Amino acid sequence: MEAAAEPGNLAGVRHIILVLSGKGGVGRSTISTELALALRHAGKKVGILDVDLCGPSIPRMLGAQGRAVHQCDRGWAPVFLDREQSISLMSVGFLLEKPDEAVVWRGPKKNALIKQFVSDVAWGELDYLVVDTPPGTSDEHMATIEALRPYQPLGALVVTTPQAVSVGDVRRELTFCRKMGLRVMGIVENMSGFTCPHCTECTSVFSRGGGEELAQLAGVPFLGSVPLDPALMRTLEEGHDFIQEFPGSPAFAALTSIAQKILDATPACLP
Amino acid sequence: MEEVPHDCPGADSAQAGRGASCQGCPNQRLCASGAGATPDTEEIKEKMKTVKHKILVLSGKGGVGKSTFSAHLAHGLAEDENTQIALLDIDICGPSIPKIMGLEGEQYVEDNLGVMSVGFLLSSPDDAVIWRGPKKNGMIKQFLRDVDWGEVDYLIVDTPPGTSDEHLSVVRYLATAHIDGAVIITTPQEVSLQDVRKEINFCRKVKLPIIGVVENMSGFICPKCKKESQIFPPTTGGAELMCQDLEVPLLGRVPLDPLIGKNCDKGQSFFIDAPDSPATLAYRSIIQRIQEFCNLHQSKEENLISS
Repeated sequence: MEAAAEPGNLAGVRHIILVLSGKGGVGRSTISTELALALRHAGKKVGILDVDLCGPSIPRMLGAQGRAVHQCDRGWAPVFLDREQSISLMSVGFLLEKPDEAVVWRGPKKNALIKQFVSDVAWGELDYLVVDTPPGTSDEHMATIEALRPYQPLGALVVTTPQAVSVGDVRRELTFCRKMGLRVMGIVENMSGFTCPHCTECTSVFSRGGGEELAQLAGVPFLGSVPLDPALMRTLEEGHDFIQEFPGSPAFAALTSIAQKILDATPACLP
Repeated sequence: MEEVPHDCPGADSAQAGRGASCQGCPNQRLCASGAGATPDTEEIKEKMKTVKHKILVLSGKGGVGKSTFSAHLAHGLAEDENTQIALLDIDICGPSIPKIMGLEGEQYVEDNLGVMSVGFLLSSPDDAVIWRGPKKNGMIKQFLRDVDWGEVDYLIVDTPPGTSDEHLSVVRYLATAHIDGAVIITTPQEVSLQDVRKEINFCRKVKLPIIGVVENMSGFICPKCKKESQIFPPTTGGAELMCQDLEVPLLGRVPLDPLIGKNCDKGQSFFIDAPDSPATLAYRSIIQRIQEFCNLHQSKEENLISS
């Protein structure tokens, strides 16, 4: 039996979901953010933890860049993104003194930071904590999973794009999850088609079908496809109304459906 | 928790592992063991004597098309049968080059285009390479030191996203062997540029010359109505403005062509399938500029030696 988790900052977090990929640039951070918002839309209290040390993108997506983070007696206070305090964020991006300065560290230093990061954020009570990870299967991924293991994460959402080059890496990520004892809740296929704003023809810009094929091959649930939406991307870039604009996007329906599957797969909590 | 970064002299500097602020850092021993020339770097320098030009393809950001670009740079250069090209894939966790080049285990795409990747060493497409930094570094060192590269005109090194072990290692191992420079790939949107600025700063920190920046996925032409849209909008001025601000050359912009992805999936050169695509033309112009940069360097070095 695993050692019982210390009653620490994650004690009030009911469910932890990791968002992984093997491949960079498939939209992990975007999906993490959209998933968190979809769960919040379903009435849940959600936190987002961004452990991508080399490329922390979430603060900008949510218009929280440059927000100061404060220490409270239990550790770092996460940044709340709404008045109701139903969605909060912690990212290593908040701790960088100069946003253009590269965090050029080797593995052990990254591991040490991740370990502290995971345990030192005072989340309070949360229904879901969505953990965004960097691409790969190396030091920081192992460190993240090991740090979260005592809290028994619900599982991992694995993101791919449709083409074979992504699927090739994501297959390896599924093996990684298996080896690390992390349950795969399902696969999400992102960037699934682009609808031309001029003529509404939908083109498979990054090939097609890879996500569903992979899910079948690997025997894991296929949670859904999310289309490319440049209007949404523009909003994410500009950072301000994303929380308001998201429900109007074609991606929203896809994410709502994915969030529902996660809610359905979440076991009822024991007191 | 310590603030990030905190008086760290830099894992690549001469003070790495030896500065006052290094005491107690988890990386200390690693950094200290790497600083300065070692027998390995000397061996690598010897091996690299038969390699005329070395180009690193970098980005800070994943998924911008580094491997696609590296592969097509290799294809483009290899069209001249008299030029020997070597493509080295040091993305240990996510080795995409074998797939993009259509290789399962053979190492030569053409007689004059050879490829090396950790992907070839894996027995199954499901095998995951779950290695920590030191083991990854060891693999990279082996690739550089133990592979018999022979007479090579261009060695192209495809890297993983980020600024970590692999990047530090390849720069350190090749430091004495002279790298011509780095080509940095980005897409137009700020989320990419954010990471690419860090990559440019990394290059400057380790004194790696920057050949220039390529803006990939720059606009999309609908195959039906032929009108252009921006799938990844350049909300903060795209690579052009960033390059102006940071005083690095913009080598060119490559539009999104769905045929690129299709050909990569099949492991074929996109240039053959779509020779007249605006993307092909963009690639060719960029490749030419890279060759010009490398030749300029070569003549400068020759002048220095003969003077």
